[in-house]
This record gives sequence, structure tokens and C-alpha cells, in this order.
Amino acid sequence: MSFAKSAVKWVDERFPLSSFLKNHLTEYYAPKNFNFWYFFGSLALLVLVIQIVTGIFLTMHYKPDAAQAFASVEYIMRDVPLGWLIRYIHSTGASMFFIVIYLHMFRALIYGSYRKPRELLWLFGMLIYLCLMAEAFFGYLLPWGQMSYWGAQVIINLFAAVPFIGPDLAVWIRGDYVVSDATLNRFFAFHVIAIPLVLLGLIACHLVALHEVGSNNPDGIDIKKHKDKNGKPLDGIAFHPYYTVKDLVGVVVFLMVFTLIVFFAPEMGGYFLEHNNFVPADPLRTPDHIAPVWYFTPFYSILRAIPPMFGSQFPGVVAMGLAVFVLFLMPWLDRGAVRSIRYRGSLYKGWLSVFVLSFLTLGYLGVKPTSVWGQFGAWLGGADRAVVVAQICTAVYFLFFFLMPWYTKMDKTKPEPERVTL
Amino acid sequence: MTKTKEKFMDEETTRRRRILVIGTGAAGVLAGLGASVPFISSMAPSAKARAAGAPVEVELTGLEPGMMITVEWRGKPVWVLHRTPSMLASLPEIISKVQDPSSQVPMQPKYAMNEHRSIKAKYLVLVGICTHLGCSPSQKLEIGGAAGMGDDWKGGFFCPCHGSKFDLAGRVYKGVPAPVNLEVPPHMYLSEDSLLIGEEKKA
Repeated sequence: MSFAKSAVKWVDERFPLSSFLKNHLTEYYAPKNFNFWYFFGSLALLVLVIQIVTGIFLTMHYKPDAAQAFASVEYIMRDVPLGWLIRYIHSTGASMFFIVIYLHMFRALIYGSYRKPRELLWLFGMLIYLCLMAEAFFGYLLPWGQMSYWGAQVIINLFAAVPFIGPDLAVWIRGDYVVSDATLNRFFAFHVIAIPLVLLGLIACHLVALHEVGSNNPDGIDIKKHKDKNGKPLDGIAFHPYYTVKDLVGVVVFLMVFTLIVFFAPEMGGYFLEHNNFVPADPLRTPDHIAPVWYFTPFYSILRAIPPMFGSQFPGVVAMGLAVFVLFLMPWLDRGAVRSIRYRGSLYKGWLSVFVLSFLTLGYLGVKPTSVWGQFGAWLGGADRAVVVAQICTAVYFLFFFLMPWYTKMDKTKPEPERVTL
Repeated sequence: MTKTKEKFMDEETTRRRRILVIGTGAAGVLAGLGASVPFISSMAPSAKARAAGAPVEVELTGLEPGMMITVEWRGKPVWVLHRTPSMLASLPEIISKVQDPSSQVPMQPKYAMNEHRSIKAKYLVLVGICTHLGCSPSQKLEIGGAAGMGDDWKGGFFCPCHGSKFDLAGRVYKGVPAPVNLEVPPHMYLSEDSLLIGEEKKA
């Protein structure tokens, strides 16, 4: 026996190395009909690694102190050798993470990947999405620019709108009467250790659940129904080498786009890094236009679209929270006879299209002031056009979910094939 | 006979075990809650932050009519505006346009619950934080087109974040996102020209 083989044997008797690689890579069978949409899971893992590595190196120079934070970020940008590169990779990675995750989630929507038996897989994924939003929010305060400061101020004040305990809750979250050094310090702790730990645990659960039930595919059919005499699915191919090689192509293309952004448009015209964030935080002066970073804007638009009721901002906050929470319910709202959009009828396709359109419109309106499209005439009380459009889109957003049990059931579906199609 | 006794003993053991498990579990949850107290309370404002929330004294001698100054109290901007007689005269004119003209919502101490929302009519003291989501509104003190707010603007404040409008008494206009009037902080006059923000006269 060669040395390598005996070394592996020595390890295997003490740790399940070979069986782990077999179960999860070389003899883990994934459907052979994966398409473009199936790149984004592995790309999300790649971005996670990029964010953790660049994040670690940023903490070597960053100072979580209200008096020094802004200057320490500028120090990283100007004085630390290649510090600008690490910082731009980290800031670009944040936006790219959301692009990848939104596409990953959209894939699940069109192919019904959240349907039985993948409900838990979907729930873990949604929890990861929540963590990611928390991670992005906490991280955005750290550069201590004007947008960091006022963005945090606005979001923490959402909690102040909770009836009865709201104001005390907001003070507790900030650790002060305003967003201050105490707030920055704790956000740093959440951003660099607390949330990442939870995130890693959830990703592990997401992958364990995935490998327990197996991947869905663009046809939305179960490949385990047809197996050969060894019990291997006829329509499955081993994850390694087939999909590791396919994913590598995705990685190369993705990194090309990523580096183009990092080197040529790291601020992305103010969408990845907002212009106002190059001004140090000033608690006594609000910037003229506050908008969250683009990946939060659909939900922010929903918040703005709901008018205050009973002298309280709370209904808008509830609507925004509900807009995220309702996604958790997808596996139980969808009662369609088929999983994949390929075999759904026009009802589902129609609703999905207007949903995507509303989501994108809400996202666009969220980065703009409410006056962006001017006002209606007196016949509508001079209301802002953008606010009315946001209200319509909010209604469509919720109707997509609330009516789903009915229109998916009524939909005229096509018969699913027995075997996957290529 | 022994068989039934054994069965009885088994059931008895299971029952006792269940009670012990529930008891131990409940004690563990209680201990866990207790153990979380130091972590949760450590996130409340520290003694230093609370001390920084002390009252602030403002000298009014240099504040000419029509001028506004911003002072910091508890890290928040507090505006002190010396209103001119014409500014005060505009307040009753816009009663129909503001949501809460007579300050029914308790956003001010009792002594500022009047038509000009202040102790002395000429001095307006406000927390300069929008009641919508906590931005700091901009000053639009001029009348009409000069403030860039439209010809019927009577002077006031405009929040750039979501477009809320307030008049020269901090009263919120109808049809804007902010739900209530701007807050009047607790304050008192130490002398004719000296104002203390953050503390009030004991009744």
C-alpha cells in the first residue's frame, strides 16, 4: 500500500474523511439538468469566504470608536498598503452578496424549490437572508459617515415606533439617547462576531438539509423515482467532478464582473457606496436625502408607502416586517400541482411577473425622494406620484402572497415529464 | 402478582423521571433567564452616557428676533428660535392646515400646551428631530418662494428625508409622513435671558 493510501486509511479509522467526501461530493448525486440559475448557491459561498477574509484584514486597521472610526477607514484607504483594495472588495462583496442571494431566491421561486420536502431548507435559507440583512445593517454604521449615522438613526427609530416599550427599546439598542460611540461599538461586535457565527451555523444547517432531501431542478420533478440497480438516480450525476467543474466556470465569470466593479466602479455611482458616506457623521445635521443601500430599498419603499395611523408610525413598520416574514410562508402558500414554472399555467406566470415588476419598482423608488415623479393634480389632493405608485406596488407585493393559495390551485398546469429534460 | 408490581414500579419510575425532567428543565430555563440579566443590562446606557444627558444652559441675550440657534442636549439638536411678531401672527392663519393645532397629543410639557407651544411666546424651544423617523428637519424660516417651499408657505421646517412639514410652532402639516408635532423638551427660564433645557420648575 502506498504511503498516501495508508495515510488516508489511518485518518479514516479515526475520522470519517473518505465517507464524508463520498457522501457529499463524489457520490452525492445532483440532477443532471441544472442550468444558469444553479450557479448562485456556490457563488454565495464564495462571496461569504471573500467577506470573511477581507473582513478579518479590515479589523486589523479599523477602530470601532466614534472619534476615530471615520479617520481609520480613510487611513485604510490611503495609508495601509493595498488597504483600498481590501476595503473595496469588502464593500463590493456586500452588494454582490445580495445580488447573488436575490437571484438564488428567485431561482427557488420559479422552480418551486421551497415545496415539500424542502420546507426546512427554505426556512434555513430565509433565516440566512435575515442574518445577512442584519450583518449589512450593522456593517454599514462602521465607516461612521453621514449615511451610516442617519441610516442607523432611521432604522433604530423603527423600533421606537413599537407601542408602549418602543422608546425604551430604542435607547437599549443604542445604549445611549442617540446613535453614539456606544452604538458603534456594539454594532462592531455584532458585525464581526455575533452575526457571522450565527450565519455559519445556519449555512451548515442549510447544506445539511439540502443534502438530506437533494437538490430540486428546473423541471421540479423528483429524480429519486428512477434509480439504477445500484440505487443511483438515473438522472443524477456526481457533484464532484461534474458540478464542481461547472461551478468553476461560474466562479471565473463572477470574479471577472466582481473585479471590474472593484477596480473601475467601486462606488457604483453611489449605489454600492453612497456619496454622503464620504462625509463624517454629524449628529446635528441630516443629509438632504437619506436612502438605505439599494438592497434594502424595496422594503424601505413599503415602509414609506404606508401612511401613519392613529398618530403612530407603527403600521408601516409592521408592513415592512410582514413583507419579509411572508416569504417564510411560501412552502405553505403555494398549492400548485407542479413545482416548476415550466409546467405552471398563465395565472402563476402572470402573478410572478407583476410581483417581480412591483419589487423592482419599489426598489427603484426606495433610492429616490418621494417627490421624484412630481405630484398629481388637485383631483388626487396633490399626492406625490411616487407614493401612490409605491402604494399600488405594495398592494401587488402582498396580494402575490395572500392570493397564492387560490391562484396556484386554480391554475391550469401542464403535465410534468417522468424524467428530466435538457 | 410480581408482574403487576413490576409494571407498577415501571410506571412509577417513568412518572417520577418525568417530574424530575420537567423540574430540572424549568430550573434550567430560570437559571438561563437569570444569567441573561447581566448581558441585557450591560447594553443599557452607561453611567457616562446618562451623565452626558444632563441639562444644558442657553444664554438668550445675543439671540436677535428672527434668529435661531441649535444647541446639543442628550446628543440631540435642540432649536431655540426667537420669533418675530409677524412670525407669531402667522400661526393662527394656518390652523386649518396643521394636524394638531391645539397640541392635544402630549408632545410638549403642560406649560407649552398653548397656541404658540412655548413658555414665552417669542421663544420657541424644540427638539430638532422629525417625529417620523428621526431625521433633523431643515430651517425654512422665510415666507413663500424665498424658502423654495411654494407661495403659500408661512415659514417653518422641512424634513428632507420624507418630506414632512412643520410650522413655526413645530406643528405638523396635514398629509405628511410625520404623525405628530415636533417635541418640546422640558425647559425652564433661570432668569429673563437664561434658559435651561432638560429640567423644569418643580410645581
